[in-house]
Amino acid sequence: MPVISRGFHGRRQDGPPDRVPPGQYVTEDFPVLSAGPTPHVHLDSWTFEIQRGDDLLHSWTWDEFQGLPREDVTRDIHCVTKWSKLDTTWEGVSVDTLLDTVDDDSAYVLAYSYGGYDTNLPRDDVTGGKAWVVDTFDGEPLDPEHGGPARLLVPHLYFWKSAKWVRGLIMRDEDDPGFWESNGYHLRGDPWLEQRYWGD
Amino acid sequence: MDERRLDGNAIGGELMELFGTEMTVAWAVCRACGAHEQLAEMRVYRDAPGIVGRCVRCEAVLLRIVHAPGRSYVEFSGVASLEMPVS
Amino acid sequence: MAGTAVLGRLTWLVAEVAATVPETPRTRTLVLDVPGWSGHRAGQHLDVRLTSDDGYQAQRSYSIASAPGQPLAITVERLEDGEVSPYLVDVVHDGDAFEVRGPIGGYFVWEAGDERPVLLVGGGSGVVPLMAMARAHKAAGADTRMRLLYSSRTLDDVIYHGELVHLDGNGLDVVYTLTRGQPPGWTGYARRIDDDMLREVAWPAGDGPIVFVCGSTHFVDAAADGLVRLGYDPRWVKTERFGATG
Repeated sequence: MPVISRGFHGRRQDGPPDRVPPGQYVTEDFPVLSAGPTPHVHLDSWTFEIQRGDDLLHSWTWDEFQGLPREDVTRDIHCVTKWSKLDTTWEGVSVDTLLDTVDDDSAYVLAYSYGGYDTNLPRDDVTGGKAWVVDTFDGEPLDPEHGGPARLLVPHLYFWKSAKWVRGLIMRDEDDPGFWESNGYHLRGDPWLEQRYWGD
Repeated sequence: MDERRLDGNAIGGELMELFGTEMTVAWAVCRACGAHEQLAEMRVYRDAPGIVGRCVRCEAVLLRIVHAPGRSYVEFSGVASLEMPVS
Repeated sequence: MAGTAVLGRLTWLVAEVAATVPETPRTRTLVLDVPGWSGHRAGQHLDVRLTSDDGYQAQRSYSIASAPGQPLAITVERLEDGEVSPYLVDVVHDGDAFEVRGPIGGYFVWEAGDERPVLLVGGGSGVVPLMAMARAHKAAGADTRMRLLYSSRTLDDVIYHGELVHLDGNGLDVVYTLTRGQPPGWTGYARRIDDDMLREVAWPAGDGPIVFVCGSTHFVDAAADGLVRLGYDPRWVKTERFGATG
């Protein structure tokens, strides 16, 4: 048993158990986690694309993206590093809206980002009102360090699935692991089942 | 501003624990661009759900470390070759 | 890995605080008693691990401030919103205990016996490992040239000021630059490090100096780039970047 340091307390608070998955604590902050330098993407060159294999199924410029039906989204988010943030507010376009424009029934997607990050998801986890591409957080344009101009938001899974600086989805037949899933993080990442790592 | 970026010195303890020896003086060859750099100089992003080490010259991922209970996952495929001093 | 120079897996040792030394409004030195500590080289750091009574753990790295052979000491800067540094600077007192492992680092080290002129460039708490080097230089009675260029916000933020005044001109040259506020009558530098300042302070590149630069990422990148522009061999510009997390 490691020596206890008198008077040391972390900053964590417990939250209501029906809102906070096992092993998580609640934070008022919004920690920035990054696997690399913050990409700086100009809105006049930003695009969001849906691809399958070598085919570009659809693409939106920023202006076109802004013209799509938008939603306000309020959800709790859960990071695998154990912090949870309740009632976060976002604005963006449902992934259902994006996928409805293409004729594709692939079972899996790879969300990929400016800067090279990617993450794998079953199509079922990004449809049915469970996922958005968001460009606004807490009423303000999404900060680049939090993934702006736009990021994926998949709040029912650990937040590493909510790819920052998202630029598209690749539709595919296999659930091949992305950046973190290929090195120890769980393929699916359900916080309520505490699916943090391989073997969980 | 990427003030969150550090260098390989910041994970010296981690690397020593994983490899059993001082690693920051080891020279790595970046698979993506061929640059030679000591691991101490590699760009380290440590706030992520894991640790990411990137090439000083081209930012390609050199290594990733994820700590899970009772085990760590280490991936070094961005390093084409590692030169370590041996006495 | 049989046959390689294995220094041994790092193990966590118990450190007891033997003394606390206030340095500046934001920083404090902790002198540690660590049974089993194997010693260190100037420039190395140790990792500190705190465990709370509900099992929560936090870990941070701190540069060793003491020279080899002196009582082991670290100097900690309190970072706003930090989780560990406010505890170490404001709460910990003599007799308190936590865990440490180390020493760590083989790249950012200086040893007496290295004949090259040394330039130390420190920003804020980046001066800590450089101070270990200056102290090692003095303890060894080394006669190689050593100069410290130390960037701080104000004179009140200069860590080890009393000791630096004593060392200045006594084997160590100290050059300060105060970037936010200067005392009345200040004739020293009063700006962030730039190429002109480096040109005036750094040893001539042709003298084959070794440089140690330590501070925030932004500070280190700027200083190291400036030295390379002055003709310094990048292989002899050693860098260590501190984060803003606390």
